[in-house]
Amino acid sequence: MTITLTINGVRRTVEIDPGEKLLDLLRREGVMGVKVGCGTGDCGACAVLVNGRAVNSCLLYAAKADGAEVITVEGLEKDGTLHPVQEAFLDEGGVQCGYCTPGMMISAVDLLSRNADPTEEEIRQGLSGNLCRCTGYTKQIRAVKRAAERMRGGGRDD
Amino acid sequence: MTSRPEFAIVGKSERKVDGRVLATGKPVFVADLQLPETLHIAILGSPHAHARIVRIDASVAEAMPGVACVLTHRNTPATRHTTAGQGFPEPSPYDTRMFEDKVRFVGDRVAAVAAESEEVALEALKAIEVEYEELTPVLSIDDALRDDAPVIHDEVDSTGIYDASHNVVADVDIDVGDVEAGFEGSDVVVESICETQYAQHTPIETHVVLSYLDDAGRLVLRTSTQVPFHVRRIVAQTLGIPIRDIRVIKPRIGGGFGTKQEVLLEDIAGLVTLRTHRPALIRLTRKEEFVAARTRHPMRIRVVLGAGNDGVLRAIEMEAISNTGAYGAHGLTVLANTGSKTLPLYNKAPNAHFFGQAVYTTLPVPGAYRGYGATQGYFPLETAMDELAERLGIDPIELRRLNHIRVGETSPIFEKLGEGREGVEQTVKSCELERCLEVGAERIGWSKKRGKHLRDGSWVHGVGMSIMMQGSGIPLIDMAAATIKMNEDGSFNLLIGATDLGTGSDTILAQIAAEVLGVPLERILVTSSDTDFTPFDVGAYASSTTYVSGTAVQRAAEKVRDQILTVAAPVLGAEAGTLRLGDGMVVGPDGKTMTLADACVRAMYESDQFQIAATASCVPVESPPPFLANFAEVAVDTETGAVRVLHYVAAVDCGVAINPAMAEGQMEGALVNGIGYALTEEMQISSRGRVRNPSLFEYKIPGMLDIPRLEVVLVESYEPTGPMGAKSVGEIGINGPIPTIANAIYDAVGVRLKETPFTPERVLDAMRAAE
Repeated sequence: MTITLTINGVRRTVEIDPGEKLLDLLRREGVMGVKVGCGTGDCGACAVLVNGRAVNSCLLYAAKADGAEVITVEGLEKDGTLHPVQEAFLDEGGVQCGYCTPGMMISAVDLLSRNADPTEEEIRQGLSGNLCRCTGYTKQIRAVKRAAERMRGGGRDD
Repeated sequence: MTSRPEFAIVGKSERKVDGRVLATGKPVFVADLQLPETLHIAILGSPHAHARIVRIDASVAEAMPGVACVLTHRNTPATRHTTAGQGFPEPSPYDTRMFEDKVRFVGDRVAAVAAESEEVALEALKAIEVEYEELTPVLSIDDALRDDAPVIHDEVDSTGIYDASHNVVADVDIDVGDVEAGFEGSDVVVESICETQYAQHTPIETHVVLSYLDDAGRLVLRTSTQVPFHVRRIVAQTLGIPIRDIRVIKPRIGGGFGTKQEVLLEDIAGLVTLRTHRPALIRLTRKEEFVAARTRHPMRIRVVLGAGNDGVLRAIEMEAISNTGAYGAHGLTVLANTGSKTLPLYNKAPNAHFFGQAVYTTLPVPGAYRGYGATQGYFPLETAMDELAERLGIDPIELRRLNHIRVGETSPIFEKLGEGREGVEQTVKSCELERCLEVGAERIGWSKKRGKHLRDGSWVHGVGMSIMMQGSGIPLIDMAAATIKMNEDGSFNLLIGATDLGTGSDTILAQIAAEVLGVPLERILVTSSDTDFTPFDVGAYASSTTYVSGTAVQRAAEKVRDQILTVAAPVLGAEAGTLRLGDGMVVGPDGKTMTLADACVRAMYESDQFQIAATASCVPVESPPPFLANFAEVAVDTETGAVRVLHYVAAVDCGVAINPAMAEGQMEGALVNGIGYALTEEMQISSRGRVRNPSLFEYKIPGMLDIPRLEVVLVESYEPTGPMGAKSVGEIGINGPIPTIANAIYDAVGVRLKETPFTPERVLDAMRAAE
């Protein structure tokens, strides 16, 4: 079957298998920032924004994304300028191996789009579906706080 | 103690040199490279814990459309080897074949299919006919050690097994002084037996390899590994091809923690590519990772401590029985480390005895895992110390103070017990454990909270503490090399065999080079972990990279610096020895300067031309321990047995932190992994040897909602033998949570837990038993 969707701002019409998951479609299309961690929706490494909301693309049938706007980690950077979430993760040491990072940042962008000034508890809730084995999360939580400050214009870019 | 010099780049929390590509999702991981005509490999695992393959027929599978090749024990090399990526010759037995007519755990390799797609490969697996003769499984260390136990490795061609006929892989027995006399001369003797569980590393990226042939027909293995040079050597050995015909590339990898110190899939992918001349991708599913990758060695450990009423230890005895599963990878060395990384901490005890055995079972295969035996050893040791403090009526912190090793001191254990053989004598040259204890006690509020049993409904609070040491690399065994060459814009290529698993080693090694060469970090261009282009390094394990690889980098940079000074000397009209590097310049004694770019242009184009470049190596002669003091406050629900860690303070002496944020990151990640290991993580294994919870849904690793308030305090010292004063801290943090939480639970509710993880059931059972 054929579906049409927008991936990081580019409209694409693609042939898919009816049983194909969005994760597999994206990687087949060369969108490699979407990571494979479990295939069962438990780790969040494959999280992407579908119409602005973070979803585990390993669970979503590609067919369900017909007509959707999909944003992956590759779509966060604009004209060579990193998204504040990306900057904050790098500044705070929230990236170690980087394998959970795309999904973690997608969840952070989703959270901050709904809640510009989240508490630590809200950050923990919002990113609780993303597993990381390297960082112990402390610096990632701090990165989300810092990104929120910057996006509200309250934080200094130092 | 040597004092710490002023640094320009070292000691700064620089961003990761590979941070931007990671944060923007660039295709830098193994499976992100898509090559045309790539075959997909799937593995058939054994359904039985112990069986002989009587008949295997892959002819139907081989004939299926889309199947390119099928590998079984009938058409693959039979070379015995170890999957353990360790220094050569490896201290692990050669007890493994690519495929064999015997399977020894549920999930053990039976066959592999390479096909046009994953779906076809999985279909073809079903078409392989296998007839098994089931053998009696061996599902515990007690079963393995029974006189009538089935012999798990009854083959004649395996080597390096201590006593195959009794399922004993390794045996370690060392004595210092006379422990029996020590116990007799003690006023108080405490004995404790603890057991640790099967637990897994769970890197978010599972094991994955992409193999292909380069233009010259050589085999390229792009693999998620911690040990690229060991991969090259072991694949050459296993497949019977020359090392020169293999190139191993480690791109960015999604975590390791020890499990990728094993050569698990490279042989299969490589053989498929050699047979089909096509690229081949093999990636473990999460379920396969749980069932057939590696785990931590479960152990049963008995510790006996004897002390005088003065609180000084008279004797320590430790006996460890380690379950090394179906194969002996890391069996001996993890066992030896259980003693060698724990007992020297308490060097005041004049008498010590360590005895250990590693035994085969027909269960999943343990291997290297961050902490490497020390994690298991500190559970009984540090909980027994807590008990001893109580019996003596001494504060647990004070008991540690009376007994821990200090600067200028040694322990006979260093020399007696090493990496599967005798160790190396050493004297501690940096140790800030005293300050770690002070800072930790203050931050947790020790004196206000200890023994207070603060109540909050059914929840009771308690605080606990523990201390520990680890090492920095394996002395006289590890080796690392670094090459630095200069470019005519004053930048440098840093070529290192060292393996960045996400730890940030590319960055901190670049910081060391930048410090010596007097340039900003962006002038150091890092290429790492490519066996064709980077010099040898044993890889990332044993807390070696900062200390061992870092020293190699510092030495290479110093050689390059000296070459630059020689080039600049005639231009600046001064002796080379009077010049120095800084801010991208060569600076003369009179303040005259020459840019690094000009120096390199002169060497390349103008006068006495040569390439400014150098290679240096490091084989460490000692392994300076980092030290850690842990403090935790927990709350225990007396109704359900649930344990919540509220606050965890880890004060660590890491020497000089080359990059403080990354050193903290190593600690934080290790501590949270350790908290999972202490509270929730456990591979449940059925009575037939099957892993019952092979998913991240059923095997619970901590998420953001599960972590306590976590405070890591870097208590810096200056390690005179380390690069820029640094020690390594990749592993030590993971050892802390089990004993610290156990001791805090005791402080709260008065029960000593002897078995991990501390699930609500176990806590509640212990509380009921104590009533």
